[in-house]
Amino acid sequence: MTDAPVMYPRKPQRIKGRSIAIIVFLSMAALFFCIPLYVLVVTSFKEMEQIREGAIFSLPARWTWEAWSYAWFDACSGLTCEGLRQGFWNSVAILGPSLVASIALSMVTGYALALWKMKWAGTFLFVLFLCAFVPFQIIMYPLIRLTVSLGIYGSMTAIVFVHTALALPVLTLIFRNFYKDIPEDIIKAAVMDSGSFWRIFIEIILPMSGNILIVVLIMQITSIWNDYLIGVTFGGLGTKPMTVHLANMVTVSTGTVSYNVNMAAALLTAIPPLVIYFVLGKFFVQGIAAGAIKG
Amino acid sequence: MPRVSFEHIVKRYGNVTVLDGLNLAVEDGDFLVLLGPSGCGKSTLLNLIAGLQDVTSGRIMIGERDVTELDPKDRGLSMVFQSYALYPTKTVEGNLRFGLSARKLPKAEVNKRVKWAADLLQLQPLMRRKPAALSGGQRQRVAIGRALVKHAEVLLFDEPLSNLDAKLRTEMRLEIKKLHDTLKPTIVYVTHDQIEAMTMATKIAVMNDGEIQQFGTPDDVYENPANLFVASFIGSPAMNLAAATLTVDGGQPLATFADGSAMSLTDAPFDNDVQPDREIMVGMRPEHFVMDATGSAAGHAAFELPVRMVERTGSDALISLDFAGEHLFVRAEPDRAVKIKSGDAVSVHYPIAKLNLFDVQTGQRL
Ligand SMILES: Nc1ncnc2c1ncn2[C@@H]1O[C@H](COP(=O)(O)OP(=O)(O)OP(=O)(O)O)[C@@H](O)[C@H]1O
Ligand SMILES: [Mg+2]
Repeated sequence: MTDAPVMYPRKPQRIKGRSIAIIVFLSMAALFFCIPLYVLVVTSFKEMEQIREGAIFSLPARWTWEAWSYAWFDACSGLTCEGLRQGFWNSVAILGPSLVASIALSMVTGYALALWKMKWAGTFLFVLFLCAFVPFQIIMYPLIRLTVSLGIYGSMTAIVFVHTALALPVLTLIFRNFYKDIPEDIIKAAVMDSGSFWRIFIEIILPMSGNILIVVLIMQITSIWNDYLIGVTFGGLGTKPMTVHLANMVTVSTGTVSYNVNMAAALLTAIPPLVIYFVLGKFFVQGIAAGAIKG
Repeated sequence: MPRVSFEHIVKRYGNVTVLDGLNLAVEDGDFLVLLGPSGCGKSTLLNLIAGLQDVTSGRIMIGERDVTELDPKDRGLSMVFQSYALYPTKTVEGNLRFGLSARKLPKAEVNKRVKWAADLLQLQPLMRRKPAALSGGQRQRVAIGRALVKHAEVLLFDEPLSNLDAKLRTEMRLEIKKLHDTLKPTIVYVTHDQIEAMTMATKIAVMNDGEIQQFGTPDDVYENPANLFVASFIGSPAMNLAAATLTVDGGQPLATFADGSAMSLTDAPFDNDVQPDREIMVGMRPEHFVMDATGSAAGHAAFELPVRMVERTGSDALISLDFAGEHLFVRAEPDRAVKIKSGDAVSVHYPIAKLNLFDVQTGQRL
């Protein structure tokens, strides 16, 4: 973006072999994602008769929202036939508390680790670092036992709990590294002025955290919304997230496969994170670019 | 306003000892300047008073209170940081107010103090701005204001003027001095700028390698440096230090320089008994030389030396003479200096009473 004015006086360059190769490669990469997406979108607007003809790249003969509304209101997932609605609201109900809990906890821990004198802070950080690399599958069974003994297994609470617990190591490291870059004198001044852990956090540190918050928000929203494994493992009847509903709908339905409904359902599930990207995307780039805080 | 004292302060980082058994007392209402080369432990000392770092051993007293173990906010002092350390997301007013957040003050009192500081430091037009939208000097004033609203009895300054240009620095120097005269807080002020130290301080503590080299009034430190370090560190241009041998001849002390010339030290200000046959350093301030003196005058040492070069340093000129192969700098009026060319011989007198004599071995003043 910034070198646009520099580009202007330059002569257009002749395309060389190497750049052709790059362009070809990038186009193929783009197609790799775009073709399935295209098929997904057009199929979701078609009627089943046209789909049965088998021309998957053709445009819909008649554009219709029927598959979308069916996927949302009526499609069957397992035994219930209430569409994806329920899953959507479950996902929202999981997302909210998981986001708040994981971000709030890791933020405060990161703040304490970075800016306050703590015993064993180094060891703690090292352990966090290790935890961040433990694959979920390895601790899945212990986590199931844990949630069972807490009496929350199969509930929304269990899903929220697991999402929060799994996100904490990485998020804490991210926040801690961000706060480490705050000039030491600012925190020293705040300690002399107020000395209160929470007051400094809320009045000084939180307002300086905008950039990193956006980054973490997007990361978390995407990963929580797109999660399937935690939802299917820890959720019970009626508490499963949208992804699980989608999977059930696509795999379990008997008889003819309603491709248009499946495609619409898949798109419905994918839309919320996309909306977040478009809304917060600009800040996301800024947040990643902003390394240190200049004051 | 309380007195601040350090008793046997030791500060180590791992196995690096920064301060080793330091003792220092600042009387109430004093303006103490800590002066010393980079890395000598000045900031460390300030951080220890403020409680931002813990002492390894020793005791810090503020007034009658032992504050060694106290939290920073409970020590009743405020600090202006070298980097200003303003809160970037708060407005100027927010910065001033946050300074009072530890004290549970009634709202009216907070407003009164903020207004007072804003008026005093002429911050009124800036109150709604964020620090990023201020110039260096304005940020500085906000930082001072934030320290003042607390009405702390002890103020700490860590090189607060080092980021400013020369003009602004002179102005701020006067402002801070004025503040001290009106409010009379006890101030500990860190700098490595000598002019700041000489003009503002009521007391100066010269530090090197974590030790106090000399503690005294600016005049005292300047005119009677306690050792070679202080003598060479204080003063710009620096004091001339000429190596000599001290002998006593018929009860009269005599310094013999490397070129064989001798100087009678009969009237010299010895602090201690004269011990003969030692290597000494004879210190002479460039500005105490008397130019164009002829013959000999009582109580003065006479030099007749060739000129190496002449430097104009603004309001003064500095003449470098060749004395036993070393430079001997003499301050002169610019009018006079323009008439001198290198290679000329000039005769100068130096008042014996203003000599500074040091033992080479111990570095201490004789
Ligand atoms: N955290 C630390 N670990 C180890 N050594 C340190 C630490 N902080 C400071 N020091 C050392 O302590 C000594 C004194 O540091 P200090 O910051 O007090 O110097 P200063 O006199 O303020 O210097 P300046 O004028 O450059 O600010 C330095 O030699 C420094 O290297
Ligand atoms: Mg320092």
